Amino acid sequence: MMDKIETPDLSHLSSSDYENVYEPAEDSFLMLDALESEIPYIKAIKPTICLEIGSGSGIVLTGLAKCLGSGCAYLSVDINSHAARVTHRTAARNSVSLEVVNCDLVGPMLSRIQNEIDVLVFNPPYVPTDESEIDPKSPIALSWAGGLRGRRVMDRLFPLIPHIMSANGIFYLLIVKENDEDDICKVMKSYKWHGSVIVERKAGREYLKVLKFKHVKM
Amino acid sequence: MKLLTHNILTSKCLKGVTVGYPLGIVAKEVKVNEVEFNPEFISRMIQKVDWPALCKAAENLGHLDDLPPAVVEDYENNEEFLKKAHHFLMEIEVINGDLVCPETGRKFPVTDGIPNMLANEDEV
Repeated sequence: MMDKIETPDLSHLSSSDYENVYEPAEDSFLMLDALESEIPYIKAIKPTICLEIGSGSGIVLTGLAKCLGSGCAYLSVDINSHAARVTHRTAARNSVSLEVVNCDLVGPMLSRIQNEIDVLVFNPPYVPTDESEIDPKSPIALSWAGGLRGRRVMDRLFPLIPHIMSANGIFYLLIVKENDEDDICKVMKSYKWHGSVIVERKAGREYLKVLKFKHVKM
Repeated sequence: MKLLTHNILTSKCLKGVTVGYPLGIVAKEVKVNEVEFNPEFISRMIQKVDWPALCKAAENLGHLDDLPPAVVEDYENNEEFLKKAHHFLMEIEVINGDLVCPETGRKFPVTDGIPNMLANEDEV
């Protein structure tokens, strides 16, 4: 039986929501496709906690939660207060129970989620931008502006991976070509996390990839 | 914000905070929902829960009497215990209120069920 991820209903959201929250685009749908292809592997590790960093509209975590069901806790974090609220609304609209925390990465939970995260999903701000381009007061810019090589935010998360992920945990990361996949995999390898590409797609001028990382026991 | 979520939140990212856990709860609005009971999931979750912090949270919400003071032996097979754990972790939601840093007293607001743990630049 194929485990399908149904695209969540977003009809409760309008253009005024999307002024402050990232509107799902090719990258969001690629992540949903990637997770759909991974459902058997995700189910096999019997996850207890699934975390999405930067849930935005909530489309990805809601889709995943709806598919996996109630045997798991779903948690999203977003630095954007509008996105946090929208994620909550999207979950409710789709009869999914998930928790939302408005915070920067996993700062406030770091000491309590040591080796507890079974599935981590991150579609980061990946667009390469000049630091000067990023207006810290603009929530929508924070969702896509990635600084030098588009790595500004994801580079802060990588060192935390060995601390927060469970032994059999899986980390899904969406990137574009400019983010330098080889370098990312090299960085993660130094933490003993092995990466591979599971889906890729050209969308307009962007070459998108979803990487899957797992801990490699030496 | 369910008490499950409260159980993992700390104020440790604030300057000068050593532990920052557990956060106090000053609740202005609390909702109790009915959530599907999944005993196997609750069993797994109990292993990750800081039970004293859960008790403190229950106490802050005025519900301490109902919660067992400690995790019982062989809890995996104790349906009554699992149901109590399920009720507190999954069915009680703080909709509006504040989370309070135990070391600095700094308040983190909870609005419409979402805790705002963002700190100002000068606080970290």
